[in-house]
Parts: sequence; C-alpha cells; structure tokens
Amino acid sequence: MNNHSILRVVSKFMIPFIMLFALYVQFHGDFGPGGGFQAGVIFAAAFILYGLIFGIENARKVLPASATRIALACGVILYAGVGVAGMFLGGNYLDYNVLAATATGGQHLGIFLVEFGVGTTVAATMVTIFFVFAGQDF
Amino acid sequence: MAMTAFAIIRLRNLFAVVMLSGIFSLLAASLYVLLTAVDVAFTEASVGAGISTLLMLATLAITSEYEKKSERSTLLPKIIVTVTGAVLIYGTLDMPLYGAADAPSNLHLIPRFILQSGTEIGVPNIVTSVLASYRGYDTLGETVVIFTAAIGVLVLLGRGRNRWRPGMRKPVVPEEREEEV
Amino acid sequence: MELPVEIPGLLNYWIVIVLMMAGFYVVISQGNLVKKMVGLSVFQVAVFVLYITMSKIDGGAAPILDDAIKQYSNPLPHVLILTAIVVGVATTALGLALIVRIRDAYGTIEEDEIIELERNDD
Repeated sequence: MNNHSILRVVSKFMIPFIMLFALYVQFHGDFGPGGGFQAGVIFAAAFILYGLIFGIENARKVLPASATRIALACGVILYAGVGVAGMFLGGNYLDYNVLAATATGGQHLGIFLVEFGVGTTVAATMVTIFFVFAGQDF
Repeated sequence: MAMTAFAIIRLRNLFAVVMLSGIFSLLAASLYVLLTAVDVAFTEASVGAGISTLLMLATLAITSEYEKKSERSTLLPKIIVTVTGAVLIYGTLDMPLYGAADAPSNLHLIPRFILQSGTEIGVPNIVTSVLASYRGYDTLGETVVIFTAAIGVLVLLGRGRNRWRPGMRKPVVPEEREEEV
Repeated sequence: MELPVEIPGLLNYWIVIVLMMAGFYVVISQGNLVKKMVGLSVFQVAVFVLYITMSKIDGGAAPILDDAIKQYSNPLPHVLILTAIVVGVATTALGLALIVRIRDAYGTIEEDEIIELERNDD
C-alpha cells in the first residue's frame, strides 16, 4: 500500500479524528448512544486502519505486542477492581453507590470506570486479533 | 436482507460471500435504527460490518478464495431446514404481536428500569445504566469472554505457529498435496 | 385462529425464521469452513433481530430518558444484544483462527477433503 499517496495522506488525517470520536463515544455513553463496547471497537479501528495503510511492522512499532497484552488484562482487572473497591467501602460486589459521597455520584463514577475497563479490553482484543491474523504478532 | 442471505447460499466466490455478509450486517444495523435500538445499531455497524468482515477477509487471504464444488446431496439439509422452519412458524402463532406494549417480555422489571433508573442511577441512557449497573455481573462476564477469546486466538495463531511439535499431525503443504492427488 | 388478523403482527417472527433457516442451511449443507462461519453469523444476526423486534413497542422512543417522552422501547434486550454482538465477533475470530490452524495442518478448508485425508491416514 506504500504507493497510494492519497490513501496515506487521507488516513493520516482521519486517524486522530477516529480516535477522538472513539473517546467521545466512550465518555458520552451516559447521555447518548454509545459506551465501552462501541468505543473500544472504534478505537481499535484507528490502529487497524494504520496497520492496513502503513504496514503491520510500522503499526507494531506504534503499538508493541506487549502494550496490547497489558491493556487486554488491565481492562478486565479495572472492571473487577471496581467491584472489589465497592466491597472494601462497605457495599456488595459491583455496588457503585458507596464509591462516592452520594449514591448517584457513586453510580456515575462506577459506570464511568467500568465502561472504561470494557473499552480498554475490547480495543485491545480487536487490535490483538487483527495483528495475529495479519501474521505479525511476535 | 433475505435476498442477501440467499445470495450467500448460492455464491461460490468466498470473497463475494464475505462482502455480502458485511452488507447483511449493515442492513441489520439500519433495521435496528428503525426499531429504535440505537445502541445496538451502533455496535452492529462498527463490529458486524467493520471488524468481522475484516477478519474474514484476513482469513481468506491466508486460506483460499474459492469454494470447491461439493458432491454431497443437498436434499437432506433442505428437508431438515424446511421442517425446522415449519415447526418454528407454528410456534410463533402464540407469540405476542409486533409492537404490543403488554407482551410478557415488556412487563417484568422493565417499568422499574424506565421509571426509576433516572433517580437511582442518574444516567439518561437507560441502556448504559442497565448494562453497567443493574446487570454489572453480566457485563463483567461478557468482558471476560472477550478477553478469553483474545487469549484463545493468541494461543492458536500466536508465536511459533508453524513449528511442528511431537504429537501434532505432520503439516501438509498445499502444493505437495496436489501432487499426491 | 383468525389468521388474516395475525399475519401483520407476526410477520417479524417469520422474517427472522427465514433468515435463521438460511443461516442454518449454510451451516449444515456447505463443506467450506469459512462459509459455515458466515452461515453461523447470519443465524446469529437472525437471533439478534428476533430480540430487537420483541423489544419494540408501538410509539416507543429510543430508551434515552427525556421529559418529553412517555413511551420507551424495552431497554433490556438492547443490552443483551449489544454485548452479544461484541462477544459474537470475538467467538467468530476464534473460529476463524481454528480454520487457519486446520489449513496449516491439512492444507485445505473443505470438510469433505479433511474427512478424506483422515480416512487415508487410518
């Protein structure tokens, strides 16, 4: 794909906006359609586009295999950790009410963190699967 | 959508089949918008039409693009499919009508989600509050499933994929096999 | 059973069944493993459509709270299907990875040829 200058320029221009849109979907999921699952996929799509246009080797330099592995685990740990934090603060597992001073504040914080965990895992999963299929995951 | 599904059955070019399955997903996504399931439509459009088509294309790049003609009889599968379909259609005769507000699935728990999630959770998007809070365990499970799938793909195709190990079947290179036959 | 009255109300289920059976047919009749995966995903989408049509209520709006709206669609199926779609693609990826491994081991992704190879082995 190295010869397609239009593709290279346009995708370079697009990738920051794709990532920005993913973050918008992630953090605006409370008020409109969106949330961790969709945001994770869109965020991964930015890396996948980069990998398709500039080659998998270059994409791997931007995002090394170890980084996606760590992100993969971190998302799940963050989700489970929010539940454990609720237990330490005196509630049930995954009870967000105790996370902040007010119940709705706690719910907001809990949902925010949990969605972030979901988004991280989904994004890392999609990137991992794509790179593995493209055969450059070493 | 049904037309796309039938084209998928008929076509032998796997590349076209995969593209059609992408179109199928996109049509499903627009159907979800019409049915007011905006979150689901969003997911289907990005996941079904985007990522899964891409993955299937990647698989085709590794394997082959054309399907070989199968000599198996298609009569038995056709009979099975027709009978199953007929039984299922018979089963739908007692189902609640489309759009009925008093369908059993719309009565239990749902009024509570709709009426109280605004004050209990304070998040306008009911889908988000049910997803992350009321059904938090469920979503944790789903996240772990995705995590496990990624680990599985890594184990299957990750490092050292082509190394032959004792106990494995001896790898057959396609060219060699052609000569044997 | 007054069928003429019921037809429009049940049409959604019938469309779902047609789609579902198309996917089922691909899975049981085709020998190509990639095509089987496509058939499975068609079947999967049919199930999703079934859930989403059940969640629709006449005059219901998308389930995002607003003071001006009185009637919402049922949000619970939306949640279930939302997660099911993402899990579905993850499991599809796992299946495709298995297909790639099968191709490594046997050199083909046609079910008939794999059975043939196995038989020749014995």
